[in-house]
Amino acid sequence: MKNIFLHSIKISLTILFTAFAAHFSRGQTEIDIGKEINVLGQTKPIPVSLSGFTGEVADVLRFDLYVQGFSFVAPDAAQYQISGSNSGNVSGTVTDRFAKRAILSRNYSGADLRQQAHAFADDIVLTVTGKKGVAQTRIAFKVESSLGHDEIYVSDFDGHGAQAITHDNAIAASPAWVPGQLAIYYTSYYNKRGNPDIYFHNLSARERRIIAGYSGLNTSASVSPDGTKVAMILSISGSPDVWVANADGSNLKQLTHTPEDESSPCWSPDGKWICFATRIAERRVLAKIPASGGDIQRLPTPGALNPTEPDWSPDGKWIAFTRQVGEFDVCVMPADGSASPTTIVAGEDPSWSPNSRTLIFTRRVGGRYVLSVLDVFTKQVKDVARVPGNDSEPAWEK
Amino acid sequence: MLDFLTKNSQTNGRKEMKTMKLIYPTIIGLAVMLAVTGCNNHKPYSVTPLPNSNATPRDPYSQTLPYDNNPPGIRTADINNFDNMAEDHAALAAYTVHFAYDSAAIRKTEQSKLQAVASALSSDPSTKLTIEGNCDERGTEEYNRSLGERRAQAVREALAKLGIDPNRIRTISYGKDKPVDPGHDASAWAKNRRDDFVLLHPKTGV
Repeated sequence: MKNIFLHSIKISLTILFTAFAAHFSRGQTEIDIGKEINVLGQTKPIPVSLSGFTGEVADVLRFDLYVQGFSFVAPDAAQYQISGSNSGNVSGTVTDRFAKRAILSRNYSGADLRQQAHAFADDIVLTVTGKKGVAQTRIAFKVESSLGHDEIYVSDFDGHGAQAITHDNAIAASPAWVPGQLAIYYTSYYNKRGNPDIYFHNLSARERRIIAGYSGLNTSASVSPDGTKVAMILSISGSPDVWVANADGSNLKQLTHTPEDESSPCWSPDGKWICFATRIAERRVLAKIPASGGDIQRLPTPGALNPTEPDWSPDGKWIAFTRQVGEFDVCVMPADGSASPTTIVAGEDPSWSPNSRTLIFTRRVGGRYVLSVLDVFTKQVKDVARVPGNDSEPAWEK
Repeated sequence: MLDFLTKNSQTNGRKEMKTMKLIYPTIIGLAVMLAVTGCNNHKPYSVTPLPNSNATPRDPYSQTLPYDNNPPGIRTADINNFDNMAEDHAALAAYTVHFAYDSAAIRKTEQSKLQAVASALSSDPSTKLTIEGNCDERGTEEYNRSLGERRAQAVREALAKLGIDPNRIRTISYGKDKPVDPGHDASAWAKNRRDDFVLLHPKTGV
């Protein structure tokens, strides 16, 4: 079965990229579509047609595929024809129009139609692109219901099924997932002293505890890729600095010693570096420091002024961040500094999907914040379902 | 699907406070580690063990970065110093300190307010102070949370220079979460870039 898929993809690519036929004829590389899309701003959406689905299932498929780099066209213009039905359960077929062959045909059961549609979307993405989809992942974010009242919510990646995981009736902010676990860190001003403390919240066990409740600021937790360390911003030394500790808050160590206001630490996927925002010579900059301590190195962002909120892609290749020149823009640059940042879309606080292709970010609409999902390589954007109030500070489950 | 989330998480609040300034009991660490290693099949990363925090600190400032002329901040006050104090938001409301955009520097125009706050604290040694740092809506959220703290700590340092014991002063940053003016124009932003003062009196009968 798998061989049929590969064969079909190979044929279609050969037709599309005849100029590169020689290249594609070499073994495994011919299905490495990932190679094609990892050129910022260079990718066109994959044209597909959708037929036979109705209501919520059609909506889910359209959303999931659009934000993962697909566009919708008439069946005779489609590279892949997606058809099926959602009467009872979801069943679907993907036909490669050039190969005139079904490359995916599957029936789904269990859970609800919405989850079945997400599962079909993930299968389509995997079959067509060779990459794991994000349709069955989750996000955590902050919701401000009224001034000074913010809670942390968790939902499906498209904003549906949102549930509050804090009920603190205080400010809560800056959620961060523990990789591979149903657990997050976040900041809450809940305790009776009103101090911003960092909590570790195990969602499966339904329990939480403060892992950093020092005098002053405790915020912006970020978990190392292996889940054993947490980087954060503490001000106990007299100014907001980057600190690192074990996952439980023990073995605390101060990494930066600047008089400036560091913010938003994030980890390189190999766990060796922590990237953050700071200020050097009166200018806001991005910088990185070895996670085990050492010298600060500036990360130049030529052309992107006032960078903050860096997030390192799980595949290690990209750093997304926010630049601000009056308004806010989401930018992406190669983590190795080999190219200047590319401005993708108006918005802020980007967080990478686990497959390093999609970002979720905050967008201002009028006076409000909403969350949007962005397919980085096609720049296709859609807002996710909203929780009433201001939704911001999204964190994608890894 | 998310029914594990429905329990009100407030119930853990009290216990947590006792642990605030202490390193977490090892047992919790073990539980977390077990969860990490037990629940997924990740290939273990080879993470370099962090040096003990008592180890000799490395050169704090990279040679290439111009931090050397800046004095270190004053360590925050023990948070237990501020229990059993009653908050008075009105007493020093006239002395709210305002800041320039994206700056924690104290402007000359604000100096007389600091003198007034210092006088109030000097005249009654039983009082303490909370400085609440705030930002305008320009700038991202966690950036502003850090900037608000820097603003509060800058005023704390200035009050220390005026002779006030910094152990009587705590800081809280609200970032841009507590604007005093919800507007989106220059006038609103100027009002929102501020440090508010909350005078703390010992609670009577405690």
